[in-house]
Amino acid sequence: MSTQDQSELFNGTANVGLKDARSVDGTDTRAIPAFVFGEELAHLADHDPRIVVLTADLARSNRATDFANRHPERFVNVGIAEKNMITMAAGMAASGYIPFAATFGAFAALLCAEQIRTDCAYPGMPVRVVGHHSGMSMGFYGTSHHSLEDLGMMRCIADLTVVCATDANHLRALLRLSLDHPGAMYIRLGRGRDPQVYDVVPDLQIGRAETVRDGTDLTIIATGSEVHPALQAADELAAAGVSTRVVDMFTIAPLDRDAVLDAARATGAVLTVEEGNVTGGLGTAVAECLFEAGARVPFRRHGVPDEHVPVGPPAGLYAHYRLDGPGIAAVARELLDSGKGTHA
Amino acid sequence: MPVTSTDRRATDQVAYLADRARFVRTETVRLTRIAGAGHYSAVFSCAELFSVLYYSQLRLDPTRPDWPDRDRFVLSKGHAAIGLYPVLADVGFFEPFELDTYTRLGSPFGDHPDMRRIPGVDFSSGSLGHGLSIAAGMALAGRMSGSDHRTYCMLGDGELAEGQIWEAAMSAGHFRLGNLVAIVDANQLGIDGFVRDVMAAEPIDGRFAAFGWQTHRVDGHDIPALLELFAGLPAAADGPPQLVVADTVKGKGVARMELSPDWHVGNLAGTDYDDVLAELEGRA
Repeated sequence: MSTQDQSELFNGTANVGLKDARSVDGTDTRAIPAFVFGEELAHLADHDPRIVVLTADLARSNRATDFANRHPERFVNVGIAEKNMITMAAGMAASGYIPFAATFGAFAALLCAEQIRTDCAYPGMPVRVVGHHSGMSMGFYGTSHHSLEDLGMMRCIADLTVVCATDANHLRALLRLSLDHPGAMYIRLGRGRDPQVYDVVPDLQIGRAETVRDGTDLTIIATGSEVHPALQAADELAAAGVSTRVVDMFTIAPLDRDAVLDAARATGAVLTVEEGNVTGGLGTAVAECLFEAGARVPFRRHGVPDEHVPVGPPAGLYAHYRLDGPGIAAVARELLDSGKGTHA
Repeated sequence: MPVTSTDRRATDQVAYLADRARFVRTETVRLTRIAGAGHYSAVFSCAELFSVLYYSQLRLDPTRPDWPDRDRFVLSKGHAAIGLYPVLADVGFFEPFELDTYTRLGSPFGDHPDMRRIPGVDFSSGSLGHGLSIAAGMALAGRMSGSDHRTYCMLGDGELAEGQIWEAAMSAGHFRLGNLVAIVDANQLGIDGFVRDVMAAEPIDGRFAAFGWQTHRVDGHDIPALLELFAGLPAAADGPPQLVVADTVKGKGVARMELSPDWHVGNLAGTDYDDVLAELEGRA
């Protein structure tokens, strides 16, 4: 990294951390409501006695407090004991409840991977593991608090549905859908201050991707926090004459293979974008789908390379890894340029 | 002293439970023979516990395996499932002949229990250290839903080295899960030798007491003592969780196996099966 890069990364922003009001793309998110997780579940629980919420000393962070205040008898704080939380949730699920067990994605998916597999997915327990502050949204808290591997790890567990929330309205839709979804789920959330993509609560179907913008020259398949900057990139590309489809692949497992193959057929180039290690996550899932179907189109996985990220505030890290709108647009142009020689 | 009818019933019950413990051991040997391997010695230590729990203590209705108010039993030491399956069949959850498929391709019955396939199994287990958290979740759910059922969880003493056990123990004490009964089958041996040498777990009762549990200690092969202890356990939705440390002998009932680390899962071969069965049935 050059001295100039370091300067851009660290100077002037090093003290913002989680209070940083800027999102992935630098948008001022102070107007965006914080986590609707607890609030939405509190509403749903008014009419559904099966809902219980567990957390591991992070209710203030994930706003489970909004649930606890309304339904204290159905709120369980297990203290800083994530493995016990996930497995207790499985025990409660075996007794007819639908537990939402929430903690940082790093601890939910990485620390509790075996509990999720053995106690939730394998016996088919309707536990909703909620991994929030996922990816590198914890910024300078560092690798211990980043979950860049969670999508890759979770999607290789059988009988586990893996979804990413795109924004607040999208999260509301996922939580509502989850109530009658069979088996265990991993629900990946960002920082809870994700810029709006859906202006109303969308009509989703788990396993069916949402095309949030259509185009003819390229498809960006993004998930979670990267859908909004992908749309920004599409705007930038449009100005340069590149018509870009943007697909919100919010379900990582099971993958919407039809949406992937249609993107390849219709637009002839595919770029995946995720806030995570490119090894094993969304991009790998899409690559498997394309290659196995014989779809030889210009393709690139974009995300965090296979490395531990440096210290920095979230916005600085997104810029560093070109996971903001301009960065994604630049990667898209590289992809299209590289494809011209052989696929024009 | 004249024998009263009450004494007679008690004597009959103890004899019956001893017979069922013997049944657990002999069936375990039979199933081990089918598979060519099985965790027989870890069943021999808890055969009396299985017998007392399933034939006198648990509130069950085998015709309704999903009855919401049934007592739960979580076998955290899931490798002892080979001894639990015959009991579940014997009390009526499924037909005993189904066990003849034990470990065959596609069988519901593997070394560790699968709740999706086997009626009467309240939770799948096998990965040590998870069961007490499962049971704590069930006990909490029972209290939340207003059910008066109890949740029993059987652990091994070697298993207590797993950290999650103590997360669960702390939470059960904190939430005052008086409807939770943990039973440690303290059979003294793990795979690599004595628990006290590999990773000491004692004082088990003292450690749980420090986490807010009410503790009890009993000879796990003494059926009258087990009956008396279980009958006297307080049943409360809100109170200290109950711990029973059952001092047992791994391999109990077969002289060559008792407290020997050489007999854990394999090793039985050829005429061993007939010899072991003869000893268990009192024919040796």
